[in-house]
Amino acid sequence: MGQQMVLTRSEVAKLAALARIELSDDELDDMATQLDIILASVASVGEVAAQDIPPTSHAVPLVNVMREDVVSWTPNAEGVLAGAPVVEDGRFRVPRILDDDEEA
Amino acid sequence: MSDELMDYDEVLKRYEPVLGLEVHVELSTASKMWCGCPTTFGSEPNTHVCPVCLGLPGSLPVVNRKAVEAAIRIGLSLNCDIAKWCRFARKNYFYPDMPKDYQVSQYDEPLCFEGHVEVEVGGVAYDIPIERVHMEEDAGKLTHVGGLGRIQGADYSLLDYNRAGVPLMEIVTKTIHGTGTAAPQVARDYMEFLRDMVRALGVSHGRMERGNLRCDVNVSLMPIGSTELGIRSETKNVNSLKSVETTVRYEIMRQGAILSAGGRVKQETRHWNEAGFTSPGRSKETAEDYRYFPEPDLVPVAPDPAWVEELRASLPEHPSKRRARLQQTWGVTEREFGDVLAVEGALDLIAATVDAGCAPAAARKWWLTELARQANDLNVPLEDVNITPAQVAEVQALVDSGSLNDKLARAVIEGVLAGEGSPAEVVASRGLAVVSDTGALSAAVDAAIAANPDVAAKIRDGKVAAAGALIGDVMKAMRGQADAAAVRALIMEKLS
Repeated sequence: MGQQMVLTRSEVAKLAALARIELSDDELDDMATQLDIILASVASVGEVAAQDIPPTSHAVPLVNVMREDVVSWTPNAEGVLAGAPVVEDGRFRVPRILDDDEEA
Repeated sequence: MSDELMDYDEVLKRYEPVLGLEVHVELSTASKMWCGCPTTFGSEPNTHVCPVCLGLPGSLPVVNRKAVEAAIRIGLSLNCDIAKWCRFARKNYFYPDMPKDYQVSQYDEPLCFEGHVEVEVGGVAYDIPIERVHMEEDAGKLTHVGGLGRIQGADYSLLDYNRAGVPLMEIVTKTIHGTGTAAPQVARDYMEFLRDMVRALGVSHGRMERGNLRCDVNVSLMPIGSTELGIRSETKNVNSLKSVETTVRYEIMRQGAILSAGGRVKQETRHWNEAGFTSPGRSKETAEDYRYFPEPDLVPVAPDPAWVEELRASLPEHPSKRRARLQQTWGVTEREFGDVLAVEGALDLIAATVDAGCAPAAARKWWLTELARQANDLNVPLEDVNITPAQVAEVQALVDSGSLNDKLARAVIEGVLAGEGSPAEVVASRGLAVVSDTGALSAAVDAAIAANPDVAAKIRDGKVAAAGALIGDVMKAMRGQADAAAVRALIMEKLS
């Protein structure tokens, strides 16, 4: 373990930025090390999976789980908005989306 | 607008335009893509939402079968192959119009792929290669408050999630080459074809002004003779046929000016402005990184080949074939048919009226005159005028049977439009039927003859054209509620 990083520190920094998570330098070091260990451990699955085992994205081999096109819902506008930090005119109010220095 | 523009024809002498069109179609399913919330347009904000379309923790999406069916039918109409097995993917991005912080879409496994469709402009057929049709979900609607009501300079924004999760199909072309000067028209006609197609399929309302269909227009130029693609601009969310055409034309003139001055076109997203130009959109230093991955909450879609074949067999007539057939069965000239096509929505309404038993000429007359005028006055699309094709056919049937004359029929239509009920109800409540009481009519004719002895003499001498004056008098006496043809016949009978 640890000879070759599967995930580099700069990749972790980029992922954190994409996920809007602020990490200090110390946290970044910590995360990069931990994530690298996790990924390396998971990668060991690839060593035992033979060529005839296709990659999978779902634990259960199911397809075509669908519902009919039927309206079924309970109108609950008040309940819907009750969890929102700020509401105005029946709508969710969110902070300004673009900063001043961003072009729209 | 501050762009330098080059004369359109001059640009086309030196450059070949290349197009790429991405069209989003909002489906008209009753419920949303992953949940049972209704999709009705224009409801109170945030009333058509639930834990699934709000992306609340613990909620799970389930695919709407009808939306998958619609996607397959669209794909088949565009001559696409249908995937035997495909998955949904998460497209991750942070923007408040998507409460989940990701949009469920399809990435490298679209449901439909490798199609093509032909669009005819000025007698020349252009082949539009289709790359893919994939399924995804629509986003919520943002209202920006403060500043100029636009996203930049706004103080904050308000969100209505009624539209979030409405099924959305994305139809993507490959690069379209070889259109030359016809590029703007080809783009417009392709869009029109898609609109007519989704309507004929019954999978979308196809109302562009409501955003049911919107087009991202990619345009680039390459020097004639070159094989290397130029740098493109992408104008987002263009939502009318005319605007699609104008966008292509504008971008050709704008990029032509840049290139011929030795400049470089910037790869960017642009906005369409109603005043007829495009303007630069948000420019980002780094390309978007959406970190797509297979959607873990949904299982793959593997359409049964038998189902696909069943859907293929039930596809409606191609819109251009349908037009040719209607023109022929209605027996109208190219020009008369052009008048029908010129009025948005008229073709379908007239066809439905004819299907309801009305003669084609009468159906055309009502929709293109009275009702088109009404739509114009109210500034609404023709299909939003408050009368159904069946009601128009009902009014015309009353005319054909002699119960209404033209003037009374117009009054009945007026009553129906005013919300006074069905044609029969309006006839009853306004007392509009022509007088079939031959006694009353006969007396009115006698009175008119007696009052106009000189006219009567002329008619007796064979000058039948003079009858008009007597008919006018009789109609006046009957307050318009008589059948002019019947009045004429009665006058002739009495004076022969």
